[in-house]
Amino acid sequence: MSAPTYDLGTLHGGLRLPGNKEQSTRNPIFEMPIPAQLVLPITQHVGDPAQPLVGIGERVLKGQLIARPDETLGAPIHASSSGTVVAIEPWPASRRFGDTAPCIVIDCDGKDEAIVPADKPADFTTLAPDDLMHRILDGGIVGLGGAVFPTAQKLMQARTCKIDHLLLNGVECEPYISCDDMLMRENAADVVSGAQILMHALQVNVCFIAVESDKPNALRALGEVLGAAKDSRIVLKQVPTIYPSGGEDQLVQLVTNREVPSGGLPTDVGCLVQNVGTAAAIHDWIIGNTPLISRVTTVTGDGVAKPVNVRARIGTTIGDIIETTGGYTDRAEMLIIGGPMTGKSVSTDRVPLVKATNCILVLSHTPSPGPEMPCIRCGDCAAVCPVQLLPQQLFWYACADDEVKLREFGLMDCIECGCCDLVCPSHIPLTADFRVAKSRIRELADEKARAARARLRFEARSQRLEREKDEREAELAMQKESAKAAGPSAIAEILKRKQKKSEDEK
Amino acid sequence: MEFQRRPAPFLAPEASVSALMLHVLAALIPAAIAHVWYFGPGLIFNLLVATVFAAAGEALMISLRSRQPETGLTDYSALVTAALLAFALPSLTPWWVTATGALFAIVVAKHLYGGLGFNIFNPAMAGYVVILVAFPMHLNLWVAPSMGDLDYQKLTVLQTLTFTLTGSLPDAISFDAISRATPLDVMKSGLNNARTITEIRAVPIMGDFGGRGWEWIGNFLAFGGFWLLIKKIIRWQIPVGVGLGLLVPATIMYMIDPGSNASPGFHLFGGATILCAFFIATDPVSSATSPKGRMIYGIGIGLLIYCIRRWGSYSDGVAFAVLMMNMAVPAIDYFTRPHIIGHDDSGERNG
Repeated sequence: MSAPTYDLGTLHGGLRLPGNKEQSTRNPIFEMPIPAQLVLPITQHVGDPAQPLVGIGERVLKGQLIARPDETLGAPIHASSSGTVVAIEPWPASRRFGDTAPCIVIDCDGKDEAIVPADKPADFTTLAPDDLMHRILDGGIVGLGGAVFPTAQKLMQARTCKIDHLLLNGVECEPYISCDDMLMRENAADVVSGAQILMHALQVNVCFIAVESDKPNALRALGEVLGAAKDSRIVLKQVPTIYPSGGEDQLVQLVTNREVPSGGLPTDVGCLVQNVGTAAAIHDWIIGNTPLISRVTTVTGDGVAKPVNVRARIGTTIGDIIETTGGYTDRAEMLIIGGPMTGKSVSTDRVPLVKATNCILVLSHTPSPGPEMPCIRCGDCAAVCPVQLLPQQLFWYACADDEVKLREFGLMDCIECGCCDLVCPSHIPLTADFRVAKSRIRELADEKARAARARLRFEARSQRLEREKDEREAELAMQKESAKAAGPSAIAEILKRKQKKSEDEK
Repeated sequence: MEFQRRPAPFLAPEASVSALMLHVLAALIPAAIAHVWYFGPGLIFNLLVATVFAAAGEALMISLRSRQPETGLTDYSALVTAALLAFALPSLTPWWVTATGALFAIVVAKHLYGGLGFNIFNPAMAGYVVILVAFPMHLNLWVAPSMGDLDYQKLTVLQTLTFTLTGSLPDAISFDAISRATPLDVMKSGLNNARTITEIRAVPIMGDFGGRGWEWIGNFLAFGGFWLLIKKIIRWQIPVGVGLGLLVPATIMYMIDPGSNASPGFHLFGGATILCAFFIATDPVSSATSPKGRMIYGIGIGLLIYCIRRWGSYSDGVAFAVLMMNMAVPAIDYFTRPHIIGHDDSGERNG
């Protein structure tokens, strides 16, 4: 067994939050049975929507490709079980923007008939890194920590940079969520295998698996697997239990003591971060030939009768999952997709489980922070900000809509972790305000770009008109010159011709 | 099933402005008891007058500015302003003096600048300075501390109340019989009259460090202040800064010439130093916000207090020092911005 190491960088601020993870980690991961219906949004990733490849009434098999992105950023989507496509239509979904999304709806036949793999899984070490990445792309793998960036494209981007560290993120710092914890406990070998595949794809020789100190069982399981694997390239790192040490940039800073530049990526400082769940999904695809059609998610909160972790098929509705695991309590009032700090509340449990869904949190009460008071500039928000922003100043500039100052004071670097909200004595919804201010700045930038393009178009058009006018005048002048040179009889002829032409027109 | 919707985060904040203000008020209680013990019940009456007028001023301005009454009056910030003002006043202060200070603090210094969170100046200190300038003689009437062996006459509760309401003493009692120059006044006039520290300290009112009675109130204020620090209501940078700013020059001057400079202990426990360090300078609204900025802000206040006491014409300088540093806060905040993670700072400050 290899012991975790502790030499770490520092993280500014952050909060020690009550974990509330013990409720959902008492029992092993529950295998969700095949639901009657699957609802698969065609956008479950960062980038452009995948285009449906199936028609209504078509029978699909488990693992069959049903939607594929164009040559742009995106990830393919596979059927999670066998059945018949009954609709392709908008459906309630938990999204960053908007409440519905186009979905492929499949009525399952319960046979769970899997598609015959096209090729036998090859030993990945014999594959060239680029081929391996293309293979990962075909598996529909996206970042399962919540950001859902298509993994293959992330790896391809990383290959263009000098990468020396692969970081596997098993921190899971947000309260209530325990799906990565349970996955590491039960499938530690898959995580380590995924790490090895990723290291081969990236051609790096250092991998840190970072796990928070409040997950001793996961640390032990990984330690045992690593001890048996005798792969000295992979090192287990125990990080302190502080929210939000699992943020991508925060983890890089914590584990490697490198600052990801503003507006940049971890790859700019030689690191690539992948969630442990993503690593396990890569293992399932590359070794086990199963694309990303299920994931582990935490069902928890005091609004559900039996908090537990579930392995459910992508596309299973939240309502089905909660019903199967024990149902709501009488007090269920709020349904949150994601954790209590960064999750999103939804109005209906008809929304499906998607690749991003790491937690289904049902709360019995709506924590009402009381009336919003004026900022008293206590500075507690700045003390907890992991990016070392000054939320009190940003709030001021956001109220004044001062774009220049907002940029100067780093609004775009805000990771929306919500720490400032929690310590604010005036109960100002800072994170929500910053989200609005950010989208407003993006809109302004778009508007400006559009205006700039319009101006260029207008200038080009004016120039063209000017040029055409000049050309016409030059031609006219030339005709006059040539007519003059030809003498009076020629002019008379031309005039006669013109007159006749105008008469004809009449 | 329909669920409620709200933006993240979904955990309720723990702190609140009203709880913050109540903590500050609670931290003043031991010192208030000591104050009454040494200087009679005058503080209670001053507190009542200041509170009534501060609350009235707050209610008036909130209605004039069409704000929600519950957001203004229940945050207790007006009470803290009133309490700090009352603590700064001599125990014998006529009501109209206190009322002027309280109303100016709330109406002008606080609400005309935009209300809680927007005031540039510490309201209590702005109110205090207005009455210090408007009614100078009333603010010099400190009764002698009740220490048993001092030669003084004590006012009854009723006599104190009568003075607060009418501004006059019973016929049989003269001001000279009950009032004493404060230790800071004794020090200032003594030094102005070219007396040595040893001679000045021989005056019975001077006590061990900062004057009898005053130094004990100082202890209780420090006790309350440390409690606020432990409760994380205030941060350590400002009290430490004020202490450093005051004690470093005081120690240097004292070492150079102990005959004509008061000891650092006198400066620390004399006058309103401790009240300032833990309760006045730590007002979040009018002070700097970053840790480094708070340190600079505190040191500036300490230095100014020392300069005013040593070379100025006022015997104590807390109010002026705080107001002057309030003016410097925007500049301090601008120059003490923390490094944003991931930003290249080299070009930013000039840009």
